[in-house]
Amino acid sequence: MEATLKPQSAQDVEDAVRWAAAEDQPLEIVGQGSKRDLGRPVQSAHVLDLSGLSGVESYEPAELVLTVKAGTPIAEVEKLVDDNAQELSFEPMDYGPLFGKPASRGTIGGVLAANLSGPRRIKAGAARDHVLGMEAVSGRGEIFRSGGKVVKNVTGYDLPRTLCGSYGTLAVATSVTLKVNPKPETAVTFVLTGLDDLDGVKALCEAMGSSAEVSGAAHLPSWVEGDSSRTLLRLEGFQSSVDYRLKTLKDLLGGYGAHESLDREETDKLWKDVRDLAFFAKRSTPVWRISVAPTAGPQLVARLKAAIELDAVYDWSGGLVWLTCTDGDTHQAKIRMALDAVGGGHATLVRADASTRSNLDVFQPQPAPLAALSRRLKEQFDPKGVLNPGRMVTGM
Amino acid sequence: MPAPDQAVIARRKEILNALQAIVPGEGVIHDEREMRAYETDALTAYRQLPLIVVLPETVEQVSKVLKYCYDNDVKVVPRGAGTSLSGGALPLEDGVLLSMMKFNSVLDIDYANRAVVVQPGVTNLGITRAVEHEGFYYAPDPSSQIACSIGGNIAENSGGVHCLKYGLTTNNVLGLEMVLINGEVIRLGGKHLDSEGYDLLAVMTGSEGLLGVVTEVTVRILQKPETARALLIGFPTSEDGGRCVADIIAAGIIPGGMEMMDKPAIHAAEDFVNAGYPRDVEALLIVELDGPEGEVDYLIGRVEEIARANAASHLRVSENEEERMTFWAGRKAAFPAVGRISPDYLCMDGTIPRRELPKVLARMRELADKHGLGVANVFHAGDGNLHPLILYDANKPGELDAAEAFGADILRLCVEVGGVLTGEHGVGIEKRDLMTDMFSEADLKQQQRVKCAFDEKHLLNPGKVFPVLHRCAELGKMHVHKGQLPFPDIPRF
Repeated sequence: MEATLKPQSAQDVEDAVRWAAAEDQPLEIVGQGSKRDLGRPVQSAHVLDLSGLSGVESYEPAELVLTVKAGTPIAEVEKLVDDNAQELSFEPMDYGPLFGKPASRGTIGGVLAANLSGPRRIKAGAARDHVLGMEAVSGRGEIFRSGGKVVKNVTGYDLPRTLCGSYGTLAVATSVTLKVNPKPETAVTFVLTGLDDLDGVKALCEAMGSSAEVSGAAHLPSWVEGDSSRTLLRLEGFQSSVDYRLKTLKDLLGGYGAHESLDREETDKLWKDVRDLAFFAKRSTPVWRISVAPTAGPQLVARLKAAIELDAVYDWSGGLVWLTCTDGDTHQAKIRMALDAVGGGHATLVRADASTRSNLDVFQPQPAPLAALSRRLKEQFDPKGVLNPGRMVTGM
Repeated sequence: MPAPDQAVIARRKEILNALQAIVPGEGVIHDEREMRAYETDALTAYRQLPLIVVLPETVEQVSKVLKYCYDNDVKVVPRGAGTSLSGGALPLEDGVLLSMMKFNSVLDIDYANRAVVVQPGVTNLGITRAVEHEGFYYAPDPSSQIACSIGGNIAENSGGVHCLKYGLTTNNVLGLEMVLINGEVIRLGGKHLDSEGYDLLAVMTGSEGLLGVVTEVTVRILQKPETARALLIGFPTSEDGGRCVADIIAAGIIPGGMEMMDKPAIHAAEDFVNAGYPRDVEALLIVELDGPEGEVDYLIGRVEEIARANAASHLRVSENEEERMTFWAGRKAAFPAVGRISPDYLCMDGTIPRRELPKVLARMRELADKHGLGVANVFHAGDGNLHPLILYDANKPGELDAAEAFGADILRLCVEVGGVLTGEHGVGIEKRDLMTDMFSEADLKQQQRVKCAFDEKHLLNPGKVFPVLHRCAELGKMHVHKGQLPFPDIPRF
């Protein structure tokens, strides 16, 4: 019999997981189900639905600290902090559009489980960099707390950060404490047009190494708009500071050719599109997410273009390559081989049908000692393997 | 500490021979006089001679040393520069001390990717020194940065004045190469940002040498801010100072540093370095703003307004670099300055929610009376990280015990108001027994299970961080059994 368990409290979650472990009945952990197509399909009959664990536990803007239940919709969290002139600086990506689902769905627990971060990653860090504490239930069915509710803490192992990006395979978060930041007063985008990938990323890296404090650095090749490529640099902060730094960028990069700047409204819309891959949402082809050293981004794409047909965009100053193979083939081996050739990194298949995702390594394969260590860690948190089995690695 | 294993101590000669075969020449120290240099870290109240000291020079040697110790059940205490303030590098009588200080090279500087690869024995400041001629720096800045090693910074997840704005070590490390206790070498991360798989980089950072030995580190570097200016602000009460800090942050300003001192600390510092601090204030705040010039000038004005609105009785803005350094001189010399007014002091380290500051300071004064000892306070006001300096005289019978009891009371107070036991110094042996005040048994067990994944024999730095050593077999027990939890109707929630 398939069942959906819908806990209303951390205690309920503990009971549910304890039952699952006792009866060897694996659970698929979901919030609003917005990221069910991310990772490998879970091998489990039952669903643990966390949407009932919702609401703010404590929020004091002056402390820059927010504690919410893990099933709280991310849209609610973002609205709450925005109402207080604050933000989640890691700017979590919204996978809705890319997966052909509604936008603005998902929960904060899901955001952390997938360590979702947006363009501001280069300056502000990833989701994991903003997690201060967590209450969670291990695969043993035991509630534990780790971290704290203050911004500086080195007491014990940093389990909250370790749980980020673990796709619910180690523990089920029930409550999370996050660091929030003041929202910038204004924002502007400096745009260079007509650069090829190599020069585009070179300009981005140059800007990142300057004192302009860039908070978004992306290169969109000409295929995106069918006209000309655009190399984008976002500046955020107090108005006088943004004006000053915009001038710094113009002085630094004016030699690259034609440029313009976009106002706040255009900036907000453009970076949301970059964050959520709006230009890939219109297609249904497989999408890969590749993390490399920034300067290796264009090299990787050039290498692959010689072998397969693809379209790519660059975020994180060239260090985050999103590519789609237009002929429908996923080309796992070629992509991973090219990655090794440019100095290594991580390639993840983020969009593909379920059978493709079950049949290949969605995540970057690990060398044997590292894979063995990861397996030992999984066994310590979830010895019976009842939490999201198979989601990250076959048989784990 | 766990009782030393006499059988291992009896095998010392055999272990020594094996280690000398792996690390030739002067890389193995076994003479008691020479080993004295390693008997303590910066928490000098605790001393212990190690069994043997090893100073490997290559990753292969580290791997072989660890594998030998693993195969032969010999404990290993990793050590960087030995500046730990919580006894994290305190040797064991029955354990090998593994010093990483010969790993002292900068391996790669990659400005285009803003990444530097170094060996773990390079000092924190050494990284900045290697890149500053190109205008870059490494942001986390523990007070001991001139001496402490980056490997140690990773073990302790070190912070400093800059961390409010730029994050701790964990936010600035991109990659590691490390050796597990069984000798296996693994690499985590690299010059790219996010990796897939479990975030082992996160659990390694701040793990106090209990999980593995770091042999290579990749950190991100930042362009040095164009300018930095500081304000020196005095308040008639600590409540005024605390409110000013909150209002600065509420205004959307995250300073490059925001430090506070109480009256005893102000007086000690002023007597020591003549920084020009006012003596008639209860709290002194140093706010440093860094960034592009236009921004800094603008924010100085904003902070001035906020300070005045919070009853500031003294306010100066640095007009040049020399003056800015003078403002900091007193704060940076606060520890030695307090050392002049008291024969001994204990430096505590706890973090609280900022709003609790006035309450905590008031309670601390009551505790000072209770224990009959003085206390001076310096703290990272922006992030609520307190450093109470408990004044005592080790030559007076009972005063060390009183100081330790006072310190424990302060840390319990931090936890009681919603804070944590340690902001940046680590747990080590110093705060090990207080862990149960912050964590439940289930919390601690889950942390110790992480240790079992890395080091099931508990050979790496045992006795640190956790009050009770559980064996991994015991931690592995599942308290769930078929039939004990009846679920007649599963969808009951």
